[in-house]
Amino acid sequence: MSLDVQALRAEFPILSREVHGKPLVYLDNAATTQKPQAVIDALVDFYSTCNSNVHRGAHYLSDEATRRYEHARTVIAEFIHANAREEVIWTSGTTESINIVAKGMAERLQAGDEVVVTEMEHHANLVTWQQACKHAGAVLRVVPILDNGALDEAAFASTVNSATKFVAMPHVSNALGTVNAVQALIQVVRKQAPNALVLIDGAQGIAHGNVDVQALDCDFYAFSGHKLFGPTGVGVLWGRRSVLEDWPVWLTGGEMIATVSYQDATWGALPNRLEAGTPNIAGAIGIAAAVTWFQQLNVADVQAHEQALLQAAVERGATFEGLKLIGNAPNKIGVYSFNLTGAHPADLGFLLDRQGIAIRTGDHCAQPLMDRLGVPGTARASFSIYNTLDEVELLFRGLEKARDMLA
Amino acid sequence: MKLPTTSEIIDDIEFLDDWESRYQYIIDLGKALPPLTEQERVPEAKVKGCQSDVWMHAEKAGEQLRFRVDSDAVIVRGLLALVMAAYNEKSPGDILAFDVDQYFLTLDLERHISPTRGNGLRAIVGKIRELAAAA
Repeated sequence: MSLDVQALRAEFPILSREVHGKPLVYLDNAATTQKPQAVIDALVDFYSTCNSNVHRGAHYLSDEATRRYEHARTVIAEFIHANAREEVIWTSGTTESINIVAKGMAERLQAGDEVVVTEMEHHANLVTWQQACKHAGAVLRVVPILDNGALDEAAFASTVNSATKFVAMPHVSNALGTVNAVQALIQVVRKQAPNALVLIDGAQGIAHGNVDVQALDCDFYAFSGHKLFGPTGVGVLWGRRSVLEDWPVWLTGGEMIATVSYQDATWGALPNRLEAGTPNIAGAIGIAAAVTWFQQLNVADVQAHEQALLQAAVERGATFEGLKLIGNAPNKIGVYSFNLTGAHPADLGFLLDRQGIAIRTGDHCAQPLMDRLGVPGTARASFSIYNTLDEVELLFRGLEKARDMLA
Repeated sequence: MKLPTTSEIIDDIEFLDDWESRYQYIIDLGKALPPLTEQERVPEAKVKGCQSDVWMHAEKAGEQLRFRVDSDAVIVRGLLALVMAAYNEKSPGDILAFDVDQYFLTLDLERHISPTRGNGLRAIVGKIRELAAAA
C-alpha cells in the first residue's frame, strides 16, 4: 500500500488555493502544517454545539465540553504511549512546554551542575536552558554536530557525566532535518548520569509517526499541535508521572489549586496543578482531531512518501549548479535546507513566493547553528505527507527562474 | 547604470507589465547601488531586518542629508535604491514632505514597506525621517 496523495490533498482545503495567481506549492511544513477538513470541522463543531468552560460541572454544556476536552487528553496519551492520561499537560505549544521544564529545573539546579544540549537546538530548546543555567550558576554544555549535520554521538557520550543533571535535545532538527537516535542517546544518559532528567523537543519529530515515550525512556516530551495538522496555540508537555507530581508549579491561579486561603494555597493533583486558568479547550479538541485523523494513515506509508520526496529533491539538487545542500545526515525527515551560490536565501524565498512556492528562509530560529555551519542562513523546503513529486520539480523550476533572474 | 529619480522609476516600472520584468528591474537597480565596504558594514550601522541584513550610513552635506545603504540581499538592495531615489541628497524638509507610502503604492510594491515585512525597509525609512526631523 502506498499513500494516496491526491485523495489526501483533497482533505486540505487550503491546498487548492492560488497565491500570486499560481497554484500554491506549500513547502514550509516544518514551520507549520496545513489543516485537514476533519480538524477544521472539529473546531467549528465545538464552538457551534458545545462551547462552555470545563471542569465547572454546573450545567449540561459544561459537562459535555469537559468530556470532549478530557477525551482529547486520552487520545494524546494513547498516541504517544503515555503510562497515564494525567501525564499529558496542555500547553500553548512546544516553547511553553519546554519553559515549564526549564523554569522548574532553574529552581533545582545547583552551581556547578551541568545541563547538556546540542549544537542543533532551536532557540526554544537553547535559550530556555541557557537562562536556567545562568539563573542557577550551572554549566551549559553543548554537544557538537558533525559537518553533515548529524549529532556527534561520541562527543555526546563523553559530555554526559555524573555532574549532568539535565539533557535536552531535539528528536529532529528543524533547520537540517536530522533525526537523532534519541532512544540510544537516552540509554547513554541512564548509564552515565543516572540522576539526570531528559527532555526531548518533539516539535519536528511528532508528525513523522511512532513516538513512544515509554520506549524512548525520556522524562519529558514536548510538542505543538500546529506542526501535527492541528490548530496553533495548543501543545503538549508529556512528563513521567513520578517527575511531574512534584514539579514546581509555573503558573498559579484558578484550576490548579486544591485549597486557597487569603494567605496560602495548596496545589491540586496532576494534570491540573500545571494547568492554571481556563485552558485552550477548542485547541485541545482540535489537536485530538488531528491525531485521530493522522492515526488513520499508515505510518510506514507516510514515512516512505516523505523519504521519496526528500530523495527526489536531493537527486535533483545534486546536479543543480551552485546548489549546496545543508545537512545530509544519514537519517533525515523531509527537510531540504540549501544555499545557492551568489543568491541570498531571502532573494530565493522572495522569487519562489512570486511563483506560488512557499519556503522558509533565514536562520530558522537557530542562530548558533547557522554560525556553526558558517552560513548566515539557508533556504529551507520542508515536505509533508500531502506534497507531491511534481511539487518537488516545481521547486527546482522555480529555483532555475530565480537563478536566471539573479544572475 | 546611473540610479534613476523617483519619477523615472515610476515611469519605468509602470511600463513593465509582468512581475518578472518588474522584479528584474528592481534586481538590476540593486546591482547598480554602490555597495558599502566590509568595514562600513558595522553593527552600529545595522538596521535589523528579519530575513536579510540592512546597513545605513548618514551624513550632512550642506543643507542636504546624504545616505549610503546596503543589504546582503539583492532585492532588498533594489528596494533600497527606490528609497534612495526619494531621500538621498535631499533637504530635511523635502524628506519629511515625501509620501513614501503613496510612492510604493504607485509602484505596486506597498507590501514591501508594510510593517509586517521583516526586510528592514520600513525601519530604514523611519530612521531617515527621524534624522530629517532632528536636522
